[in-house]
This record gives sequence, C-alpha cells and structure tokens, in this order.
Amino acid sequence: MKKRYQRGIRVALVLAGVGIAVALMLRAFDENILYFYTPRQVVAGEAPDGRRFRLGGLVTLGSIEREPGSLKVSFLVTDNQKTLTVEYEGVLPDLFRDGQGVIAHGAMNDKGVFVADEVLAKHDENYMPPEVAEALKEVHGENES
Amino acid sequence: MIPELGLFALVLTFCLAFIQSFAGLAGAYWRKPEWLALVRPMASGQFVFAALSFGLLTWSFIVNDFSVEYVALNSNTELPFFYRIAAVWAAHEGSLLLWILTLSAWTLGVAWANKDMPIVFRARILGVLGLINCGFMLFVMATSNPFIRLLPAALEGRDLNPLLQDPALVIHPPILYAGYVGLAVAFAFAVGALIEGKVTSNWARWLRPWTLLAWAFLTVGVALGSWWAYYELGWGGWWFWDPVENASFMPWLMATALIHSLAVTEKRGLFKSWTVLLAICGFSLSLLGTFLVRSGVLISVHAFASDPARGLFILIFLGLCIGIALGLYAWRAPAFGSGGGFKVLSRESFLLLNNLMLVVAAGLILIGTLYPLFIDALEMGKISVGPPYFNLVFLIPTLPMVLLLGVGMHSTWKRARWEMLWLRLRTPLSIAVPVALGISFAWGRPSVLTFVGVFAGVWVILSALSEVRQRQKMGRSFFALPRSVLGMLTAHIGLGLFVLGTTVTSVFSIEKDLALRAGDVVELAGYQIKLETLRNTEGPNFDAVEGVVTIRRDGEMVTTLYPQKRVYRVQTSPMTEAGIEAGWTRDLFVALGDDLGNGSWSLRIQFKPLVRFIWLGALVMAFGGLLSMSDPRYRKKRQAEAPAPELAEGTAP
Repeated sequence: MKKRYQRGIRVALVLAGVGIAVALMLRAFDENILYFYTPRQVVAGEAPDGRRFRLGGLVTLGSIEREPGSLKVSFLVTDNQKTLTVEYEGVLPDLFRDGQGVIAHGAMNDKGVFVADEVLAKHDENYMPPEVAEALKEVHGENES
Repeated sequence: MIPELGLFALVLTFCLAFIQSFAGLAGAYWRKPEWLALVRPMASGQFVFAALSFGLLTWSFIVNDFSVEYVALNSNTELPFFYRIAAVWAAHEGSLLLWILTLSAWTLGVAWANKDMPIVFRARILGVLGLINCGFMLFVMATSNPFIRLLPAALEGRDLNPLLQDPALVIHPPILYAGYVGLAVAFAFAVGALIEGKVTSNWARWLRPWTLLAWAFLTVGVALGSWWAYYELGWGGWWFWDPVENASFMPWLMATALIHSLAVTEKRGLFKSWTVLLAICGFSLSLLGTFLVRSGVLISVHAFASDPARGLFILIFLGLCIGIALGLYAWRAPAFGSGGGFKVLSRESFLLLNNLMLVVAAGLILIGTLYPLFIDALEMGKISVGPPYFNLVFLIPTLPMVLLLGVGMHSTWKRARWEMLWLRLRTPLSIAVPVALGISFAWGRPSVLTFVGVFAGVWVILSALSEVRQRQKMGRSFFALPRSVLGMLTAHIGLGLFVLGTTVTSVFSIEKDLALRAGDVVELAGYQIKLETLRNTEGPNFDAVEGVVTIRRDGEMVTTLYPQKRVYRVQTSPMTEAGIEAGWTRDLFVALGDDLGNGSWSLRIQFKPLVRFIWLGALVMAFGGLLSMSDPRYRKKRQAEAPAPELAEGTAP
C-alpha cells in the first residue's frame, strides 16, 4: 500500500511538472514565433497588424539615408516588385550595404513604414538569406509569365 | 602527388576500419579468436593512416598548393602560417577529415585502455566505432573529398573567411569535435551492451571515464564557441540560441544527464535501460547537429556549403544509426531488469530528477530548433523562433534543478533523512541568502528572478564546499577525498559560477549605441569613455580603421582600447574587431560601427558585469570532469558483479 502511494506521488509530481512546462512552453512558443514576409506580401496586407515579423529583401541601390551625426537610418527594401521603407536606429551589421539581401525584425507603424529593431545581414558577401532568395525567384517567375 | 597520397591514405583508413568492424562484430558473434585478434591492430592502423591523410592535407596548406581546390578556396599566400594550419578545418571537407581523425583517436584509446575489459565486448565496441567511422569516410569520399585537384591551378587562394581568422578558431573546432565524437564511444558501449543483452556495473565503470572526457571536451568546446562569438562576432552577445549553437548544446545536455545516470548504474545497478537510451540519444543528437550544420538546411557561419547530396547522405546515415540502435534497444533493453528500490528522499531520486530536467530542457530546445524546419518543409510559411522562447523553456526545468542540486549532493543513496540534510545544509543556506542579496544589489535594483538566479549560483557553490567541510569534520583531509568526489564538487562549483555569471550579466548589462566624434565623452556605469581619435592602420592581410578609446574612472585612467573596423583585402568583407577591457567583475566592450558622416562614427559600448564567470564556470566544470575521470577506481581490475554494492558508503557519487 505504502509503495503504491509513493509511486502515486511520484507520478503526480512528474505529470504536474510536465503539464506546467507544456503550458508555459506553448505560450512562449506562440509569443516568440516570427513570421517572414516580403514587401509584396506586406503591401498586399498579408502581414499582421501590430505584431512583430521579419521582413526580407534587397536593399535598393542608393536608398540608404542617414540623419547626419545620429544613428537614425532609413532605407528601402525591395523584392523587385514592391518596395517598403525601413527605419532603424542603431549600429548596422558589417555586411549591410546597397544591393545586399537583408532581414529586418520589427513591425509596421501607422504610416506604412517598417520600424526595425534588429537588422541582419549575414557573414558572407555571396550570402543571400534563403527566404529572400526564394522570394526573389518567385517574383522573377511571375514577371516572366 | 601529395594530395593523391592523402586520398590514398584515407582509402586505406577506410579499409582498415572496415576490417576492424567486420572482424569485431562477426568475430564476436561466431567466437573466432583469430578474427578478434585483428581488431586492435586494425584500430592502431586506422589511426596512423587517418593521421597521415590529415597530415598530408595540412602539408598542402603549409606549402600553399593552390592546385588543390580546397586549399585554393580557403587559404592565401598572405595568410599567416598559424591560420594556414587552422584553415585545414575551416570548411566542410577538411573539418570532416578532422572528425574522422578524432574518431580514430577515440577508437585507439578504447582499443588499448581498459585492459580488464573482456576481449569479446571490446571487439563489439570497436566494431561499432569502426562502422561509424566507415560511414563518415564514405561520406567524405563520395561527396566531400578535400583532395580534389583544381586544373589549372589557381594563382592565388580565395583566403580564409575573415571571421575565422582568430586564435579561438584554431582550438574551438578540434576541442568541440573531440567532445562530439567522444559521444560515439558511449553510443558504441550502449550498442555493445544491447548486443550482449546485459548492463553491469563494470560496464558503467568502463564507460564513465570516456563519457567524462567527452563531456569535458564538449564543455570547453561550447564555451570556446560562446567566447568567440562574444568578441569576434562583434556585438557582445555570448549566446544567441542559434540552431548551430543548439546543435552543440543539446548533446551537451544529454552527456550531462548521461554522466549522472551512469553514476547510479555503476553504484546501484539502477537506471540501466535509461542510461543506455541516453547514450544512444547523446550521439544521435550530435549526428543530428552535423546534419543541421552540413546539409544547408541552416544558414550560419558554420553552414559551409549547401549540397543536397550531402544532406541526404547524413540523413540516411543518421536514420540508420538511430534506427538500428533504437531497434536493438526495443528488442533487448526490457531484459536488463532493475535493481533494488529507493525511497523518494534519496540520492537516486535527485539524480532521476536531474536527468528528467536535463532531458526535458534538451527536448524543448529541440522542438524550438526543428519546428521552423518542419513548417518550412510543409510549406506552411517561414518562421523563426525567437530567443525569449529558448530562455524561458530552458529556465523552467534547469532553475529548479540547480536549486535541488545542493540537496541532492548531500543526500545518501537509497534513503536520505531530512534532519541530516538540514544539519548539513543550514550553514550554506544561511550564508547564501545574504550573499545573494548583496550581489543582487551590487549593480542596481534586482528583480525576484535575479535574486533566485544569484541565490542558485551561490547556493550550489556553498553546498559543494560544505561537503568538503563535512568530510573534514569526519577526520579526513581535503586531499584524502576520492578524486571522483573532488571532481564532482569542482564541476558543481563551476556550474554555480556559470549560473552566477549568466544571471548577473543578463540582468545588469548596460548597452548603448552612440554616435560619437573624436573627442566626445560618454558616461557608462561610472566609467568615462572617450573617443580620442580615429586612424587608419593595416594588418598582414587587411586594412582597418582604428578607434582610440580611453576609459577613465573618476578621472583615473583605466585602459585604452583599440576597436577596429577591418576590411580584408581578398574577400573585401568588413569585420568588426571589438576592443574589450576584461576583468573579474566586469568587461567593458567597445565596438566600432559605421562612418556616419560629419566625422562621427557609430559605436556600441557595453558594460557587462561578471561576464567572465560564464566561461570560467565552464572551464571549472570541465576541470572537475577531468579530475573525476582521473580517479584510480576506473583503472582497477574488474570487480565481481554486485547489483547493489556499497550501500553504506553514503555520500560517494
């Protein structure tokens, strides 16, 4: 009897622990998933309002504008079909430059500008974020057909 | 000629490894002594030729033989000698060759150490290790040959990725690989035990030192990677929950669970099937990591080349390894049986909880890492899982684990007593609370979580120290403690330091992105940081802009830092080289951003208290593992099998 009782306690403890962990995990999961959108999808209204997401595309040549002497910068991100303005304040990554594929984390503001809190450009000059590469390929296909 | 010889040596290695595995597994099955006698010499030969093959590739790098494609892609005549050697394992093909060499070294160790191991069992283990190495050699020869010629030869090499031109790169991959690959030994032991159909305490005693060694390597390897990311990726983060980092961290969690579970299997004859399962999962996760990193599924600094054939090969290999091992497990493990029972309050229970928490943590990280890949494969959108998820799901299981660790360390086998635990732990508790309060308030206003984190760290350290004091009270001197106990305590102190460092750094770091001109001064955490001037400079294979930044505290000079923005001449990619003033209690971190025009530059300045404790803790942990491994007990002659020995021993691990 006593043994069974002890085992019962053990099982209950484990189940309770797992249950709490799963509940917290699901919540954390839901809150921290970032979806990826291209400028075309954003313009078409597919991106969620007021929720953070990842925007990817190419930095339009000559579109990088800095406010002199400050960290504020704005640039255009394009998928060769639609273009969005991105604003960012902070230090940009090493490989951020004209014509590069970038991914920005942030959300749209009510003026239709994407306000980024993080900008990523990866470590290789030949590198193109896979999402961006694919999006560009799609656009390319549509333009031809 | 040299590269062809290298490839030839690799083919020979493959043949020797194949004979080794066939002779080992078939010889053990049909009990052929003459086959069994072949196994050890083959293991030695395998190591010699793997080393030769690796050495010949290294030679091609040293002499800048750009007629070898791999050398041409990853080296350059301007590249310093030191980095030319490190470049051997800087990309996919060469790093696989390193992997093969490492596995050969482990095989050699298993073949010639453990003199008291039955010859049949050793043959089985070596057979499994040989098969794994054969798989990797096939992979290299079929998809990733580093010796391929480039015709016509290149005049100049494309140079090593500038990010990798760093002293840590020289040691990070070999050490990490030693750990990754070392888990193959545990895997082979598990498969060997499944073939024989029994797990004994001798089995656990033989496996423990190998697992400890692999775990220590893995610990140092992961810590080096984190340290490297901290100063070389330029922005002062030390862990990003990047899939590649997770790929190395999950096997670490499993290996940690395994060394604890092995303790129970050795001392008490319990958790047998569980230990075997952990050994299988540990290596499977390190193979999964290889797949993630090498298949091009992921993009990061580690994901060298994306070639679908490579991904497919590793996936099939992974499937075979896991499939066969788990199939054997399902077939044989139920026969292992379980030893004696234990009470709810006992060391066994605490170790069980430890295992549960570690596995849950690894599982949750695995979900977060793989989920985006699944969603992508199912074409349901492209998502990424952010670091807050990982931070939370990692803390949920591990924070209680660390808090319980102090109690677990002082619990006795089979049955512990609350009164006894209270007697031993009240002193650490009564010191830990005020110390934790003090540290929490040292850098600002803390939250509850800060206090809990700091308390957990201090508490673990103090309860480990209290164990030493208990022993002294019983009249034994510090040095008379068994090395395995000393090692265990040391590793736990390391964990405490790590928890302390992580908590304080996460909560009290200050980070500022600023636009500064020469002469500007900013105030950060009581330091006056002044950008004195900016100047041009150059290195052997790069040009750079260098900032001269002086740091003062209350007018007194602390140090001068020279953060750089480098442009490497061959690959023309810019690189941030941070200036770091390291200290026991805090790091000051200055990184140069971009030219903003008007003579001003963007700078990232950070104050990171106790950040060094993170890596220091990891090093102390690894040292504890090595100390524990050196316990003479592991080199004793085979002992008579006893399912539940040393019941009265109390606090031994």
